[in-house]
Amino acid sequence: MNKTLIYRIDWIIIFCYLILVVFGLINIYSSTYDNETSSNLNSLIGKQIIFLLISISFGIFILGIRTRFFQQFSFIIYMISLLSLIGLFIFGQTVNGANSWYFLGGISVQPSEFAKIATTFMIAKHLSGFQTNIKNKKSLIMGVFIILLPVSLIIMQPDPGSAIIFCSFFLIFFREGLSFNYLILTFSAIGLFLVTLLAPINFIIYSIVLISLFFIFYIKNKNPKSKIFPTILIGISSIVFILSVNFIFYSVFEQRHRDRFNIMLGIIEDTKGLGYNVNQSKIAIGSGGLTGKGFLQGTQTKGNFVPEQQTDYIFSTVGEEWGFLGSFGLITVFVVLIIRMLNQAEKQTNIFRRTFIYGISSLIFTHFVINIGMSLGLLPSIGIPLPFISYGGSSLLTFSLLIFIYLNFDSNRLNDW
Amino acid sequence: MTRNYFLQTFTFIIALAFTAKLIELQLISSNYKSLSENNAVLESPVFPERGFVYDRNNKVLVANQPGYDLMVIPESTTKFDTLELSSLLNLSIERFNLKIRKAIRYSIKIPSIISSEISKETHAIIQEKLWKYPGFYLQKKSIRKYYYKVGSNILGYISEVNENDMLMDSYYQSGELLGRQGIEKYYEKILRGEKGKAFYQKDRYNRIIGPYEDGKFDIAPIPANNINLTIDIELQKYGEALLKNKRGGIVAIEPETGEILALISSPGYDPNLLVGKERSSNYRKLANDTISKPLFDRGLQAQYSPGSPFKVLNALIALQEGVINKETKFTCNKGHFYARGAFMECHCKIGTKNNLTSAIYKSCNTYFANTYKNIINSKDSPSDGLNNWKNHLSSFGLGKYLGYDLATGQPGFIPDANYYNKWYKKGGWKAPTIISNSIGQGEILTTPIQMANFTAAIANRGFYITPHFIKSINGDKKTKKFEKKRTTIDSIYFEPVIDGMEKVIQNGTAKIARIKGIEVCGKTGTIENFIRLNGKKTQLTDHSMFIAFAPKDNPKIALAVFVENGYWGSRWAAPIASLMIEKYINKNIKKKWLENRMLNGGLNDEYFKPLSGKPFRINE
Repeated sequence: MNKTLIYRIDWIIIFCYLILVVFGLINIYSSTYDNETSSNLNSLIGKQIIFLLISISFGIFILGIRTRFFQQFSFIIYMISLLSLIGLFIFGQTVNGANSWYFLGGISVQPSEFAKIATTFMIAKHLSGFQTNIKNKKSLIMGVFIILLPVSLIIMQPDPGSAIIFCSFFLIFFREGLSFNYLILTFSAIGLFLVTLLAPINFIIYSIVLISLFFIFYIKNKNPKSKIFPTILIGISSIVFILSVNFIFYSVFEQRHRDRFNIMLGIIEDTKGLGYNVNQSKIAIGSGGLTGKGFLQGTQTKGNFVPEQQTDYIFSTVGEEWGFLGSFGLITVFVVLIIRMLNQAEKQTNIFRRTFIYGISSLIFTHFVINIGMSLGLLPSIGIPLPFISYGGSSLLTFSLLIFIYLNFDSNRLNDW
Repeated sequence: MTRNYFLQTFTFIIALAFTAKLIELQLISSNYKSLSENNAVLESPVFPERGFVYDRNNKVLVANQPGYDLMVIPESTTKFDTLELSSLLNLSIERFNLKIRKAIRYSIKIPSIISSEISKETHAIIQEKLWKYPGFYLQKKSIRKYYYKVGSNILGYISEVNENDMLMDSYYQSGELLGRQGIEKYYEKILRGEKGKAFYQKDRYNRIIGPYEDGKFDIAPIPANNINLTIDIELQKYGEALLKNKRGGIVAIEPETGEILALISSPGYDPNLLVGKERSSNYRKLANDTISKPLFDRGLQAQYSPGSPFKVLNALIALQEGVINKETKFTCNKGHFYARGAFMECHCKIGTKNNLTSAIYKSCNTYFANTYKNIINSKDSPSDGLNNWKNHLSSFGLGKYLGYDLATGQPGFIPDANYYNKWYKKGGWKAPTIISNSIGQGEILTTPIQMANFTAAIANRGFYITPHFIKSINGDKKTKKFEKKRTTIDSIYFEPVIDGMEKVIQNGTAKIARIKGIEVCGKTGTIENFIRLNGKKTQLTDHSMFIAFAPKDNPKIALAVFVENGYWGSRWAAPIASLMIEKYINKNIKKKWLENRMLNGGLNDEYFKPLSGKPFRINE
């Protein structure tokens, strides 16, 4: 650390970060506020504040570390992280059916959170390697391997929510040159998947056949020499995909999995059972109106109607007590944070730093999309926290460290090392 | 270089999508807002304590006592000894299990009533053992307490509203109490007050976690009103005692004000029978007693022929119409032929010449038959004469609802020309055809309260005030005005009739009703009556009837006493009336021997006769 750091550091991000963590504390306080004791300082909010102080202390320490150190130790950090995930199978504690926690002297630690940092480092190191070119199959496979290793360990806990988060690292690959066809393919597959669930299967197959035929006639008409083989291939593979989705959905999935999708797609209405959380969350958010009910005034929040409200469903507290203005404000801060970091990343000349910052942004982005999307009933319920806002020490520490690493990388943009 | 901006673009699109959804949820769809108010906030009614009822001398008749409902939240129960709990509650095990099943079906989270209005005694026993039954608790509520075992016909009772009540009046919600009969029904809105609202914050288990917004939105209840009745509870009690083991009714009115001093129907029942968890079974018992009909208010609902007391009304009408004067005499030969071959008997000796006064105290049938003929024939046609006669009677409140402040009653019946035109063809009837009306038999029907009311009108020399039960509300005398109603008879015509009524007691048919120091005026009645027994019209022992008021000047009380099958008027009705008058005016009874005879005497043997299935004799 030196004096010029004050001029070089990204105050916009610091500002966003502080807004988010303070707003998070306020909403955690409200979500866990108990009318009878009128105090919860010694419970959850207290723990969260302690974690925040720990995060900032670590963060300030991180500001003084050189980029080169991270680059050199990326592999070791990654390995330690993998070991900590493996260790869970021996020393871990099971909470809510998932073996995801270590209990260290009264504090519970979730190693999958820290694996997010470690994996980001490893990806950045991999992509910044001299021989790495993501367009190259070998590099791509290596990158996928780096991601899938922790994912497979986390799936075994099982914690599918966190596992899905690791998919956000693929976003870095696209930035670094991976063909967008993969992305189009993925979205097409998701689209077809949803259509398969929503419409009768015969109807979809006939539609695909018709569209393919129409397309073939169209291009033949335009240019008799053009090949029809790719179109036929796409059509056939679509049908195969649909049939296999259908098979998987109805024969491999269990009823509870099917229910989640069906509730999200609005095929079945279930406000008392599985759809309860989402429905309660929507009620709470909807009840906020334009300006919200005010701090500690949320009746849904006070009534504890929304389960997991201080963690996964914290956004419903925001919606209820701060209304549309508060919710929109929160979304805006996230957007500013993500876009600012991405823009700053583009200014980096060091690939390690750039891919790392891209990793941070992608992580925050994915959490943001899935968490708020779930609270609003736009996505199926997947239990992941909202960065900086949700209660959870490991999550807060992880994202704080990522922010401080960003601040470090960004302020040293002009230094080579 | 789209590659460099794709994630920024994504972020933007997603943020837009979220904002759109937020706008939909928070700004457009109000659906989610009201739902929130419903499931997080419990609106709970706050009931004002139901008003007390006092008698005219400020004695408490009805107050409140705590009752307890045993509630269950099925979700919170554990395995328990159903047999013990059901026996504590005095319920059969099947019934108990049925109630539990019903509660579970209703909701496993919301409390349901297992046993309602548990008495204080049972409550103590259950309270002691309640720790064994998690999920069960006792909820206090206010139920009625009656301080006297009398007057149930006036006071009525309250019970939980049913679906129909809730449809009729949206004020009521399930489980609330509603006045069912009597004063409780008529003055329901005054006695109940207006419930308020309290809002509570609930959690998702439906538990109340405190007042909502510190009670900012709560609405305070409008307190209920205490009321004073016109009833003198001591007189009421005494009257019920006098009618014990007899069937009949007493109605006593303060003539000057129209205030009802006592309304007795015998047999009655203890109003406390209709409080608490035994209410419905007790009610069923009372309702199923079709022989003595305890729920039937004989004072208000029983329509009898009025008998001889009706003669005084005919006398008044005749005087008003000028068809007789107080000196007019008719000769009685143990009766008279009112038409060819039709003889009406009388107990006067052959050759008796009665004037108005003596005709009243001797209750001469001949005299009033002739008087009635004169009334009917005083107009152009019998029809006009009859309708005019009816008109006079209507001014005494006969043949129509009186308009007192209870929701039970009967209009009685006074025939008019149309009625007879239907039976006989038009012009097919004349005064002799309907001669029974002259002596209060025939087609005329009156209720005891109508009898008491016209007696009060006579006592007032020509007017009455609609009889009523309400004296004051919250001590405020200015209650609903009960109208003063003038009769069609001028006051000068009352004196000769009243003289006759005084002689009834002094040297006429009701000497037994004399009270030292009080000038009582009255008229006895002995009413023939018939029932249908095994398809045959069968005559039963006559009803005993007496109307009276006292003192003669500035009357304080007017009353009608009716004893079913009590034989002649001065056998039961007149003594009872005199005891009532003495009790009310003098507060103590001198004629103890008479009091004892009335209190201890009973007519159950008489009532048993037609039920015995054997041939029986009447009027013995």
